[in-house]
Amino acid sequence: MRYLEEFRDAELVKNVLSKINHTVKHPWVIMEICGGQTHSIMHHGIAQLLPGEIELVHGPGCPVCVTSLELVDKALSIASRPNVIFCSFGDMLRVPGSHGDLFSVKAAGGQVRIVYSPLDAVKIAQQNPDKEVVFFAIGFETTAPANAMSVLYAQSLGLQNYSILVSHVTVPPAMHAILSSPHNRVQGFLAAGHVCSVMGYHQYHAISQIYKIPIVVTGFEPLDLLNGILMTVELLESGTPRVQNAYSRVVSEAGNIPAQALIKRVFQDCDRNWRGIGLIPQSGWELRPEYHFFDAEKRFEVEQIQTRESDICISGQILQGIKKPPQCPAFGRICTPQNPLGATMVSSEGTCAAYYRYARIDMEE
Amino acid sequence: MCLAVPGKIIDIFTSSNMKMGKVDFGGVLREVCLEAVPEVKIGDYVIVHAGFALNILSEKEARDTLAAFRELDEIELDEDNPIMN
Ligand code: SF4
Repeated sequence: MRYLEEFRDAELVKNVLSKINHTVKHPWVIMEICGGQTHSIMHHGIAQLLPGEIELVHGPGCPVCVTSLELVDKALSIASRPNVIFCSFGDMLRVPGSHGDLFSVKAAGGQVRIVYSPLDAVKIAQQNPDKEVVFFAIGFETTAPANAMSVLYAQSLGLQNYSILVSHVTVPPAMHAILSSPHNRVQGFLAAGHVCSVMGYHQYHAISQIYKIPIVVTGFEPLDLLNGILMTVELLESGTPRVQNAYSRVVSEAGNIPAQALIKRVFQDCDRNWRGIGLIPQSGWELRPEYHFFDAEKRFEVEQIQTRESDICISGQILQGIKKPPQCPAFGRICTPQNPLGATMVSSEGTCAAYYRYARIDMEE
Repeated sequence: MCLAVPGKIIDIFTSSNMKMGKVDFGGVLREVCLEAVPEVKIGDYVIVHAGFALNILSEKEARDTLAAFRELDEIELDEDNPIMN
């Protein structure tokens, strides 16, 4: 078992598809939360395989896309300082701030480094005791254990020169925000498998009950996504809004307890601004007061920032499933992955970027 | 960063008091922190995000899920073929 090809098997895909075709009777709008799933859906052409009754809309689960403009501007300001080595996941480098991006800071001589893990940034701090090393700690519940671990690791090494710029966001409050919007179109959710692998899915029962909506935990391979869609359609057609797990090889109801303990030890809930969406109460994590020493926002005075967002970009509506990229006048014309106007065009998990990469040909036909 | 494919544990060790492992992602090797999966063994598959293992995959659950997909075919055959009913 390699847990990969098995879940792309063409015969089994046919089985699940025909079951979906048998089951669906009414039109339904289903949202996948996770940007990784959006990418996978576009990459494998899943939407095109589905019966016409099912419309997939794409959620806000791309951390690169929803990191607030203010924090991106702060990152640019901190990364521009001569004594700073600024470490980030590669995806963040092209995210447009109000003036430029991390790439332009690097081109102008700033020390910006791409790392695979925050633990690598701690090693860089260890090797460069005369520099301040800052890691851009973005992400959902999936990257939080690694970011928490990096703080504890730096502390155990006695490092004085490591800090993180925290922009953590959490999924359940975003689901509340989407479902309580007067513009909401979503009737069923595919919950993000790897977020649930950390946090479990017990917290979704309340959301499912309040909004009378089925929520199915699912993974990233074609069979996972189709099985998640099948289970969601079954629940929708039978009028039983419940939570189910289509990704049991990875996810349990309780989640990973040691990982949750790590997160709780280092982070606490806070309000967060989501790029394109706005403030969502208690929708993120910040460092606990005991760890303020490692908080880049506290360590570096950043002058008052005047943020400026592109006037044309409709990524906020795209992130909430209200609109799709082709409805944006800039899409593929003046906004491309090489020259993005909005954050959803940057990361491969961003909906605009995924459409640009995989769905442009369909649109031109 | 969130497109995590499963990787196979090929080595487990301790570094600076942290439980670490070497993980094989289809030929690409990475060092990964194993602090949140204390029971992990060599040969297990794990989900990794940002250099940190989030969970061990369950082979039993994977086999059960695949078996259920295979059975779908038989159910469909029964329904489409009245002679078999
Ligand atoms: S295509 Fe570009 S400008 Fe339009 S919504 Fe997407 S990111 Fe914004």
